[in-house]
Amino acid sequence: MTESPTRGPRVGLFATCLMNVFRPNVGFSAVKLLEDAGCSVEVPANQTCCGQPGYNSGDYDAARALARQVIETFENYDYIVGPSGSCMATIRHDYPVLFQDDPMWLPRAQALSEKAWELLSFLADVLHAAPADSHYDGTVTYHDSCSGLRGLGIKGQPRALLGEVDGLKLKEMEDSEVCCGFGGTFCVKYPEISEKMVEDKVRNVLATGADTLVGGDLGCLMNIAGRLRRINAPVKVFHTAEVLAGLADGPGLAGAAKESD
Amino acid sequence: MEIRSKEFKQRAVFAIHDASLQQALGKARGGFVGKRAQQAAELPEFEQLREEAKNTKNHILDNLDHYLERYEAAVTAAGGHVHWARDAEEARRIILDICKRVDAKTVTKGKSMVSEEIGLNEALIEHGMEVVETDLGEYIIQLAHEPPSHIIAPAVHKTKDQVSDLFEKAHGGPRKTEVADLVNEARRVLRDKYFKADVGITGGNFLVAETGSSIIVTNEGNGDLTQTLAKVHIVTSGIERVVPTLDDATLFLRLLARSATGQETETYTTISTGPRRAGDLDGPEEYHVVLVDNGRSKMLAGRFKDMLRCIRCGACMNHCPVYGAVGGHAYGWVYPGPMGSVLTPLIKGLDNAYDLPNACTLNGRCASVCPVKIPLPDLLRELRHMQHQQDITPVMQKRALQVWRYVATRPKLYHALEQVGARFLSAIAKNGSIRRLPLAGAWTDVRDLPAPAGRTFLELWQGKRGQK
Repeated sequence: MTESPTRGPRVGLFATCLMNVFRPNVGFSAVKLLEDAGCSVEVPANQTCCGQPGYNSGDYDAARALARQVIETFENYDYIVGPSGSCMATIRHDYPVLFQDDPMWLPRAQALSEKAWELLSFLADVLHAAPADSHYDGTVTYHDSCSGLRGLGIKGQPRALLGEVDGLKLKEMEDSEVCCGFGGTFCVKYPEISEKMVEDKVRNVLATGADTLVGGDLGCLMNIAGRLRRINAPVKVFHTAEVLAGLADGPGLAGAAKESD
Repeated sequence: MEIRSKEFKQRAVFAIHDASLQQALGKARGGFVGKRAQQAAELPEFEQLREEAKNTKNHILDNLDHYLERYEAAVTAAGGHVHWARDAEEARRIILDICKRVDAKTVTKGKSMVSEEIGLNEALIEHGMEVVETDLGEYIIQLAHEPPSHIIAPAVHKTKDQVSDLFEKAHGGPRKTEVADLVNEARRVLRDKYFKADVGITGGNFLVAETGSSIIVTNEGNGDLTQTLAKVHIVTSGIERVVPTLDDATLFLRLLARSATGQETETYTTISTGPRRAGDLDGPEEYHVVLVDNGRSKMLAGRFKDMLRCIRCGACMNHCPVYGAVGGHAYGWVYPGPMGSVLTPLIKGLDNAYDLPNACTLNGRCASVCPVKIPLPDLLRELRHMQHQQDITPVMQKRALQVWRYVATRPKLYHALEQVGARFLSAIAKNGSIRRLPLAGAWTDVRDLPAPAGRTFLELWQGKRGQK
């Protein structure tokens, strides 16, 4: 466990599985945004997954095992913050439900739930932060990830923050609130339905003429980026945090480039 | 209706490649969603009404026995008869008995999903009766020998061209192509049937305990003709559709049309209380209500009680992207979409409908528009939990979850595997993405897999900050 040099609220960064493996840049963007806003950020090494795959597959015991691990790892921070509406909605909403009949763990689950935040809503609603001098040349369209939107009420915050980015033009797509067809294991259990859904999403993205798509959940973004790449559509895909942190200067998801490290 | 939900996957794929179906679905989706949103926006208290409706329904369900008994007493006092049906078979028998007693030859029907649920048409036809669906959509699919694909728009999967063909074949032409002409043709054909009908069967959107009334809402007026012109009127309804008073009914009526078709109100809202009284100009000679349980009281006692709040508006399916992609027939039974994916396994058995609770991204759009705030994604997840507990979940998936749990509860092992994965995927990637990945065809058949950079965030973080 390490400590960053700034002072302020002590934030434990929840390094989501997809971010950890597929898009480390989102993690560094999150750290930068949080530190710029005065937080002291730590990344506990003992973390893995929030447990959502187990929960949504109906294996509540497995979900509880993972939830206990997250609670133990993060309960001593002022906040637990992650760059995903999906994982953070699990911690915020589902943990207390998972432990509703467990008097030992319920208070701990509730306590963590109350300090669990998705990154962008944390920046906007808790820290009232604006991104510092970030710049992005391009027209951006924003996909509302379902868990963030309906689970955590994330709608205006990322748009307001993106509005502060110099050079960035936001162009809304039709049906931005409609699911892209990712849905965790759904996309591999029902690939044909998922394909139809992501096809509809991609059509709406392309109709905007935007050169960049951003969103707050890597699951959705990997799905949409993968589809865009498959049909050779020249739209770059970034996590909102990368654009806000000024770290969207490399290739987007599924984009051509050499190793970023 | 025979349940075919086990074929969900095949039926879904078939539906996705059915060009006419996709054309019909595309048209319907835009209309319902946009109109509902507009209605909700124009009524300042809309969200408050949803909350009130939820609370009122919860109160009713907590006191269901009381209101049902009061309702029965009021129906009887008005000269009608209430029949209690434990299951589909009993409901069919009760209705058949009434029809046979009055020697019914022709039976007209207003729209009733409960009658679909209990397989009523087949039973009546089997006993030699002519059954005529009078709702235009139901009439169309009756001609096509198909079940409804939507609970309020049963023929939503049909294009206008297909309807023209069906009507030409059934009515003998000439072939009509304009909507107004098609409607007029159906109206003309149906008009005779109303007068011929011995029994008229309708659903019941609401049953009012205070007055013993049944309420139906329609846009075509077909329900009124069905129930007033036949000698006998039979209402089929689920036991959960009772409301305490007429005032309560108006609360739900304000939500129903707005949520369903995006109308302020339906064209016809008809309240029926008992049979024709002395001095009445019209009305049936007998008035019967068949209250169908069929699994509902079991739901009332368990984790799925919330589902009994449903007022059958169809907003959940109108807003469901999966329903929008595959249409209603893929679901394989009477109730499609999110509400059907909860009801079907509960009524027909968890193992007869494995896919329905699983073929959902849990995106939550259904719950966000439900007028009685049913937490549909939570109920679908709960069904997955029951499938998991009852070993209905496929063995491979259970094994995978066990492995995942073993690894994910061991952070060092988990991170090591993540590092191996990140390196491997990075090594086989070309220009930032992976086009084909063995064992991950379900992903790569449809889309590229964005490639990792090579090292994981936790590794890089340790490298950058670990020493400080």
